[in-house]
Amino acid sequence: MTALSRETLVSALLLVLLVAIPVAATMVGEPFYVTLATRIAILALAAVGLNIALGLGGLVSFGHAAFFGLGGYVAGIFATHAFNGEPLPFGLAATTSMPVIWLSAMALCGLVALPIGAISLRTSGVYFIMITLAFAQMIYYFAVSWPSYGGEDGLSIYVRNSFPGLNTAQPLPYFLLCLGVLVAGLVLFQLIKGSRFGTALEASRQNPTRLAAVGIAPFGIRLVAFAVSAMVTGLAGALFADLNRFVSPSMLSWHMSGELIVLIILGGKGRLFGPLAGAMVYVLFEYALGGITERWQFFLGLILLGVVLFARGGLLGLLAGKARHG
Amino acid sequence: MSAALLIEQLLNGLQLGVMLFLIAAGLTLIFGVMGLINLAHGSLYMIGAFACAAVAAATGSFWLGLAASLGAAAAAGALMEVAIIRRLYERDHLDQVLATFALILILSEGTRWLFGSFPLYLDIPPLLQGAVPLPGGGQYQLYRLAIIGVGIVVAVGLYLLISRTRLGMRIRAGESDREMIAALGVDIRTLYTVVFALGAALAGLAGALVGALQSVQVGMGEPALILAFVVIVIGGIGSIKGALVGAILVGVVDTMGRFLLPKLLALTMPASQANLVGAALASMLIYIVMALILALRPRGLFAGQA
Repeated sequence: MTALSRETLVSALLLVLLVAIPVAATMVGEPFYVTLATRIAILALAAVGLNIALGLGGLVSFGHAAFFGLGGYVAGIFATHAFNGEPLPFGLAATTSMPVIWLSAMALCGLVALPIGAISLRTSGVYFIMITLAFAQMIYYFAVSWPSYGGEDGLSIYVRNSFPGLNTAQPLPYFLLCLGVLVAGLVLFQLIKGSRFGTALEASRQNPTRLAAVGIAPFGIRLVAFAVSAMVTGLAGALFADLNRFVSPSMLSWHMSGELIVLIILGGKGRLFGPLAGAMVYVLFEYALGGITERWQFFLGLILLGVVLFARGGLLGLLAGKARHG
Repeated sequence: MSAALLIEQLLNGLQLGVMLFLIAAGLTLIFGVMGLINLAHGSLYMIGAFACAAVAAATGSFWLGLAASLGAAAAAGALMEVAIIRRLYERDHLDQVLATFALILILSEGTRWLFGSFPLYLDIPPLLQGAVPLPGGGQYQLYRLAIIGVGIVVAVGLYLLISRTRLGMRIRAGESDREMIAALGVDIRTLYTVVFALGAALAGLAGALVGALQSVQVGMGEPALILAFVVIVIGGIGSIKGALVGAILVGVVDTMGRFLLPKLLALTMPASQANLVGAALASMLIYIVMALILALRPRGLFAGQA
């Protein structure tokens, strides 16, 4: 059996598990596990977004929480305004319709990512890591110190936003919705990876000089990838805020940025299903360790350290062998 | 707004800058010599603060606590380097970020395990209590002035260490060509451990000094670490001079921004709104300054060859 088909098999198994567990949990009346699976799906989507920049483009963004949080705030702000019957700034009508919210979240994240990317991409390596972190902190501190939307206390969403034809207040339909969006995100990732654009993006990671020599400037490719990556992560943020019916600056914090990177590395970077594998392991660890000990972060740190030092290639690398090319 | 208030705020900015320099100097040294990005540097700062608070509480002496903070942070740094960090020099920055992120989780939770979730408090030593009169009629805390003094002494000491001693010569050689210096028979592994411990001790010292001004708690290292990142990015990663200039710039801009922006905006809008907008803008100000500097000079003000 070749490595590729093994990876496909493992990936399919992960997806089946992700669908089967919440459906089974609903049948036996344990909605908590549905929420857990929804959390996995959403975090995986956020990491799929980051994986476009980090896995394909080699752009180690340590500030993707900015987009995750911004997406969350879009959902929260729309819901609050609609709840109070006030129009949004710039005369936009507030709505609780998720498709509108999602598009707005993606548009906002794309618009914010362009200037951040344009400045950050003038640098590389360690500078890029620190600058993306600093920009995310800037947005974090803005959210903390701006009181209109709750400041440090965050913003509650009293009623989960709606999707045409679905009862999103129920755990299972909301899970299926998030799953659908995750699958769409995975398809997008695969389409990008297989396209001319994706090839150029991977080339910009492997050898930017040669890419420039064949007549493609790496900067534009990277900037577009950064913006698309931010948009997908922002969409996940909007879903996450609706899942918790709450958004706060903690979604924007640098800890969140770190977690998103962790998900990708745990699963295997640059691989289609790496983020999903990573999110499953991470959320389950968090849940299992959290049940055993209050000090779960300590052990999570140890496990993470072990993965970085000894299990290069992540979980998928372990289960499905090395990636065919890097 | 009186001149005394302005001078007081300037001194506060300088004091913050000096603290940031102590943290950033180690960070930039470690990056310059070993090419390592160390997120856990903030944890060493925290370890210094906790060591000082614990020893000062047990013995009643701030000075013993200060010595303990240097020792504990240097020892923790050396241990970290030998056990873990050493394996990361040849890895890419992504692995370094992750491994040191994991170290933060371990060290933060470990400290909480040892000391509990409640903050510890550290008193200013009797020798440095009291205030000094300022020109213009104000008063300024003696302890903060002493911190500024410590910062100047450390800056001069580091300059002499790097430019005048044999160890400093090796550090500079390690920055420019690590294979060559190893080939010349210098024990590069020990040199790396020493540099790491030195950076850790400086961060620990900063933690202990700040501990007497704020409370000592888990999580105190992370905001300090991120500000130190801004400092070394502005100054140019690997450059100690850049760290000094960047730290003072960040300290003064941040403090003066919080002080002056609401007042400036009050000239054009109602006071309550000016406070709101001013506070929000001030909290973003250093990042805006950083973005501007990087837009003009992508490798910072004093870029090294790293």
